[in-house]
Amino acid sequence: MLTKKQLFTRGMLDISPHMLSVIPFGIICGAIGVELGFHPYLVYAMSFIIFGGASQIVFLQLLSGGASSLVAVASVGIINSRHLLYGAVLSEYLEKLSFIKKLLISYVVVDQGFAESNKFFKKNRSEEFLHYHLIGTGCTMWVCWQIATLSGIVLGSFVPEELGLKFAIPLTFIAIVVQDLKKLDHVIVMITCGLSSLLFFDAPFKSYIIISPIIALFIAALLLRLKK
Amino acid sequence: MTLTSIIFAGILTYLTRMTMIALISRDMLGDKIKAVLEYVPSAVFPAIIFPGIFINDFGAFIEMNDPKIFGALVAVIVGYFSKNIIATILAGLVSYWFLIFVVFN
Repeated sequence: MLTKKQLFTRGMLDISPHMLSVIPFGIICGAIGVELGFHPYLVYAMSFIIFGGASQIVFLQLLSGGASSLVAVASVGIINSRHLLYGAVLSEYLEKLSFIKKLLISYVVVDQGFAESNKFFKKNRSEEFLHYHLIGTGCTMWVCWQIATLSGIVLGSFVPEELGLKFAIPLTFIAIVVQDLKKLDHVIVMITCGLSSLLFFDAPFKSYIIISPIIALFIAALLLRLKK
Repeated sequence: MTLTSIIFAGILTYLTRMTMIALISRDMLGDKIKAVLEYVPSAVFPAIIFPGIFINDFGAFIEMNDPKIFGALVAVIVGYFSKNIIATILAGLVSYWFLIFVVFN
């Protein structure tokens, strides 16, 4: 049985490699906000209040492009609706927690944290304080995101644009799913999702980000039926 | 006001994080749904990966000889065999930089 501290540290260690892509991306996010003409305090407030990578950039780009606030807010909600799926997966492991703890832990659920904690949970179901792993991944992400966006806001985009560091984001997610390429059913689900995301890329409110997972999960359900 | 919009966007985002964790009990989901949820990582992350590679900053499809496609392929191969996150990201970035700074320059 691992202690709370050991689980927290393990979570920190499991997510830290992803900071290689998260930190440059955070710097770019902060710098873009200021470049688009928003007040630095507002740009930073987003990292604290929304705390959601790409959705923060989209929000500012829409507003600066003249979209109504309703459109900008709705887009953030739709982009981040994928957390509903993460929550559905994680709920199994967080069931025993008190309602208040569930409310608090929810704030730090992020893509990479979900991915790494979910992998850990599947292998260590019997651990009593599993949620400390999720707190570890989430808090590491939170601290790095605040520091990265803040440095982008204060120092501007000191990351040279020619390096194309935004490309590190798809790479970080490749690292997350690449081992599942061993399983044919997962490959089919991934390709379905990827192709749908390209097909529906122009759908309103960036909704491709939730439409394609729904299509892919539908295919997954069909595959499960075929397997039986 | 922008701050008000940010607060609304934040509340909405928090709700997406909290709803399934705090308000839904696991028993409300049947076994079939639980089996499908096993696929969530494979069903969600390609929607971040594919547009990040194949669509440029202006929302248009890239050319088939774009360095990002090569970089992503290298990342997949290195990631598959190394099982290492840092190696995967660096392999993708370095091969991408090699093409844009050395080959196409």
